[in-house]
Amino acid sequence: MTHYSAFSLFKQALGGNKGWSRAWRDATPKPSYDVIIIGGGGHGLATAYYLAKNHGITNVAVIEKGYIGGGNTGRNTTIVRSNYMIDGNTNFYEHSLKLWEGMSRDLNFNVMYSPRGQINLAHSPAQMDAAARRGNIMRMNGIDAELLSREDLKKRIPILDYSDTARFPIMGGLWQSRAGTARHDAVAWGYARGASDRGVDIIQGCEVTGYLWDRGRIVGVETTRGEIKAKKVGMAVAGHTSHMARKAGLTLPIETHILQAFVTEAIKPVIDCVVSFGAVHFYISQSDKGGLVMGGDLDGHNSYGQRGDLPIVEEGMAAAKALVPLVSRLQLVRHWAGVMDMSMDGSPIMCKSPVEGLYINGGWCYGGFKATPASGWCYAHTIANDAPHKLNEKFTLDRFRRGYQLDEKGMGPTPWAH
Amino acid sequence: MLRIACPYCGERDYIEFLYAGDAAREMPALSDTDIDRWTDFVFFRDDPKGEHAEYWQHQHGCRQWLKVIRDTVTHRVISVTPAIEAGLQADEDKVEVA
Ligand SMILES: Cc1cc2nc3c(=O)[nH]c(=O)nc-3n(C[C@H](O)[C@H](O)[C@H](O)COP(=O)(O)OP(=O)(O)OC[C@H]3O[C@@H](n4cnc5c(N)ncnc54)[C@H](O)[C@@H]3O)c2cc1C
Ligand SMILES: [Zn+2]
Repeated sequence: MTHYSAFSLFKQALGGNKGWSRAWRDATPKPSYDVIIIGGGGHGLATAYYLAKNHGITNVAVIEKGYIGGGNTGRNTTIVRSNYMIDGNTNFYEHSLKLWEGMSRDLNFNVMYSPRGQINLAHSPAQMDAAARRGNIMRMNGIDAELLSREDLKKRIPILDYSDTARFPIMGGLWQSRAGTARHDAVAWGYARGASDRGVDIIQGCEVTGYLWDRGRIVGVETTRGEIKAKKVGMAVAGHTSHMARKAGLTLPIETHILQAFVTEAIKPVIDCVVSFGAVHFYISQSDKGGLVMGGDLDGHNSYGQRGDLPIVEEGMAAAKALVPLVSRLQLVRHWAGVMDMSMDGSPIMCKSPVEGLYINGGWCYGGFKATPASGWCYAHTIANDAPHKLNEKFTLDRFRRGYQLDEKGMGPTPWAH
Repeated sequence: MLRIACPYCGERDYIEFLYAGDAAREMPALSDTDIDRWTDFVFFRDDPKGEHAEYWQHQHGCRQWLKVIRDTVTHRVISVTPAIEAGLQADEDKVEVA
């Protein structure tokens, strides 16, 4: 593997860029492994990387049915932040943000983490109070948060609608300056490269179709490329968590839904941070190429179809127009959808499953991109030690039975409305 | 566009309807104090990849509750039945009088 540096870039340029080696090995399955991770998204690849790096477990395979990063990793709107409020979430997401800050250096791969800041807008006195409360909780946990006024925002993000006719007047908002965006594909590639370099097999084009059992215990997987044995099997399949759990005889507190995202034609820089509307579910940022990247609500009915319907496009664009009037002049050039593992309280599940040999990592809803590094970090710990890391000890499956849901929004078990 | 054929009003765009989720679960009797049965009912879902039974209300039409069988991969609607005929009961039917 070539170490990437200014020097290697220079050297390769002189050689006509013909000397680069593959970033990771495209492996074929071995008969058995210590650990198999199902799913080559960011979470699965990060888990493999930290299994090798933090725990010295390198006889590991990541098994991906398509190509790595082709799932939600490559479909999300790349917002990274840690403005969570509930004990159990707060420190987990903050750890994740800290890992983002050092990721490019750690992986020797530019993941283009851009701490451009994120604002959650408030449109009523009650929302300003809620923002202040959230900010205070964050600061008490050592996380940066700043309450901004309408006047501050007018200076900082001038293109929002501050007029008298604005449908939802902007009163202020909660700002996190370390929040921002990162390059989604690079995250998958960077972790794949780091894991592969430490001996992990990354196997693409191989679908897990079932499990191998021995006296009630899972001892491997059945795949489209044959049986593969493993001492431990961890799933990191995002929108297929319910589906893969069912194959192990488990039902989960998860429903699968589609989420869409939208991109406009490229324009000159107009928004240099991430803006979340407080009136309806909608957010917007601008990519380095210049397109406005937007997202909002789920389509709203159970679905495993990786494509969205038109009403949400209309709803999203109405919200965009209400917040940033200039978008009405732009063309939408692409929209797409990903399949979301919506948990019943909006928080993830990461633990040993009730079936010996199987580990669960799912329920990330539409917020799992920012969690990628901490998810890999904690899942690797959980698998290696058969016990949770301190940061994921509240992400249990039995919290629902015990009445300890982590319901950040207080929505209750209606995941299509989260 | 996902279209649902309301048995009372005819085929309409799905945005006329309110989605109310999984219709395969069975609510325990209100007098049931078993925590596992309630946990199952409130939080756990089969969430099938394929045919899914679900409730929709024709909110902007006849306001009737419907039980729809729909494929969660192709989004094809397989059947629509009035929820009353499909056996949806009002809660009070299930209260056991001591
Ligand atoms: C439109 C959209 C916008 C989003 N915006 C944000 C955002 O701004 N910020 C944020 O934090 N999060 C966001 N998310 C959520 C985030 O993308 C996900 O929570 C996260 O990517 C899920 O983890 P993952 O990366 O491991 O999933 P994935 O990349 O989906 O990885 C799962 C992999 O498992 C594979 N797989 C499934 N079944 C099998 C099988 N049987 N055998 C082998 N492989 C299998 C899939 O092919 C897939 O590659 C968004 C999601 C969407 C769809
Ligand atoms: Zn009707």
